[in-house]
Amino acid sequence: MPLNVSLEEIYETYRMTEKEHFDIRAVTLGINLLPCTSDNFSQLCKRVEKKIFTTARQFVKRAEKMDARFGIPIINKRLTITPAALVLSGALTGAAAEDRKRVVDFAKLLDHCAQEVGVDFLGGFGALSEKGLTYADQTLIDAIPEALGSTEKICGFINLASSKAGINMRGVAKIGGIIRDLAFKSENAIGAAKFVVFANAVSDNPFMAGGFHGIQEADNVLNIGISGPGVVRRTVEAAPRDLPLDEIAEIIKKTAFKITRAGELVGQELARDLGVRFGSLDLSLAPTTAVGDSVGRILEAMGLERVGTHGSTAALALLTDAIKKGGLMASSHIGGLSGAFVPVSEDVGLSEAVKIGALTIDKLEAMTTVCSVGLDMIPVPGDTKTTTISAIIADELAIGMMNNKTTAVRLIPVPGKKAGEMVSWGGLLGEAYIVPLHQENSDYFIWRKGQIPAPVTSFRN
Amino acid sequence: MDDDSSKNKDLAVVLVVGKDRSGIVAQVSDFLWKEEINIEDISQKIMQGIFVMAMLVDLANARSDLGVLAPKFEKLGEKIGLSVQIQHHQIFEAMHRV
Repeated sequence: MPLNVSLEEIYETYRMTEKEHFDIRAVTLGINLLPCTSDNFSQLCKRVEKKIFTTARQFVKRAEKMDARFGIPIINKRLTITPAALVLSGALTGAAAEDRKRVVDFAKLLDHCAQEVGVDFLGGFGALSEKGLTYADQTLIDAIPEALGSTEKICGFINLASSKAGINMRGVAKIGGIIRDLAFKSENAIGAAKFVVFANAVSDNPFMAGGFHGIQEADNVLNIGISGPGVVRRTVEAAPRDLPLDEIAEIIKKTAFKITRAGELVGQELARDLGVRFGSLDLSLAPTTAVGDSVGRILEAMGLERVGTHGSTAALALLTDAIKKGGLMASSHIGGLSGAFVPVSEDVGLSEAVKIGALTIDKLEAMTTVCSVGLDMIPVPGDTKTTTISAIIADELAIGMMNNKTTAVRLIPVPGKKAGEMVSWGGLLGEAYIVPLHQENSDYFIWRKGQIPAPVTSFRN
Repeated sequence: MDDDSSKNKDLAVVLVVGKDRSGIVAQVSDFLWKEEINIEDISQKIMQGIFVMAMLVDLANARSDLGVLAPKFEKLGEKIGLSVQIQHHQIFEAMHRV
């Protein structure tokens, strides 16, 4: 048969994968652990171990096979589980010290399972607590610093707000201290990079650290996270300087369409090969520390001298929306977060903008109203008050609650570091400069606790 | 892909990119012959001063599958001083056809 794609199209695909790092950032196998529940803790552990081994034993090998077959790199292989607080709740005794130990032991067991099946991370060590904390939620949260601090591959989350329930401010007040403890317990505060606080958390997010397998999902589901900031940056950079923004949106949309289609092909094949359901495809521009892979640089390519300056929110709105539109046209399985991430330490452009003072915490917060997640990988001074951490979280969750969108916070208070100093984690997590925060306290606001009521959905001026 | 001629075929695209010179087609074809890969179609062009050639090939009778072949093609590229890549045909259909 004749070649039915043009040389230009073939060359474009080659350039995307070889030169611009288009990749499948994550294939994430979600596993329902609810059938494992028991009031006997050791029986629960045995069932969980068996379930993970039988479901995921072939996962990494098969993913590697797909990588070789299609020539599109699959960077991370991950597992998500039913929120751990739900799985554990029946096996807790009511004695706080013993139960906290059980939570930590459970984290260690999951860590062991993740090591054995060879995945990079296992997400879902968390709770859905937007309206209140159950005893299991509280026990799990209290154990988070130790559980995540003493494991390697476990990622945790907590959902503390939604557009339907409002914001659980009691949880928000508590979590500020937990994040500080988590950071202070690990080397260079890196433990805090494994924990995310959400508003409107999604059940099919393939990305870490906030991925979990929602209770509304089927038993075993494969979700795919595809990325490609380099590809989008290249197309924007190649456009003429005076090209109107609607046409910039158009070229981003077309690029998003193409990479989504390629990602879906690989995802569907892998799901079929594993014999599990294909869940959703999350097209998110997730920066890496590679110079070309920066979302900040895409915004600069649109005509901003530095990301963080006036116009950054508008540029990011255009980018996020165009990606979503291209993705939705390409696949009926678009889900997860889908859009653009702005993780400060992982993105060279954002990191540099923070260093020279062009990008501030307030501008970042504004930008998160239109990005696909939230305040992500932001190193803050080690002496930041826990009430200030809680207040930053409350602000971000309020944005998610009011705008019916997912927002998240991943703050990293770095012990001994002051605003402007550098912190380097190496690898995927990158390096960054400590972001200065407001000095005025928010103590009494946070100490009130309670619940911020859900917003009205009509009368939206 | 729906026509009868594509049945039982395992199609892939070999892309050769680099500086134009004589003998490229011969060197790549020789390698394909040794791997028992059948050439279905060839297209080539000079794009922005770069030689670009795409070959539609059938791997149905090939000695090894795409996972094994991909690094071999990369090595061939290093040997002949050009970039040589192989990718599954379905990728191109998915990306470029609605």
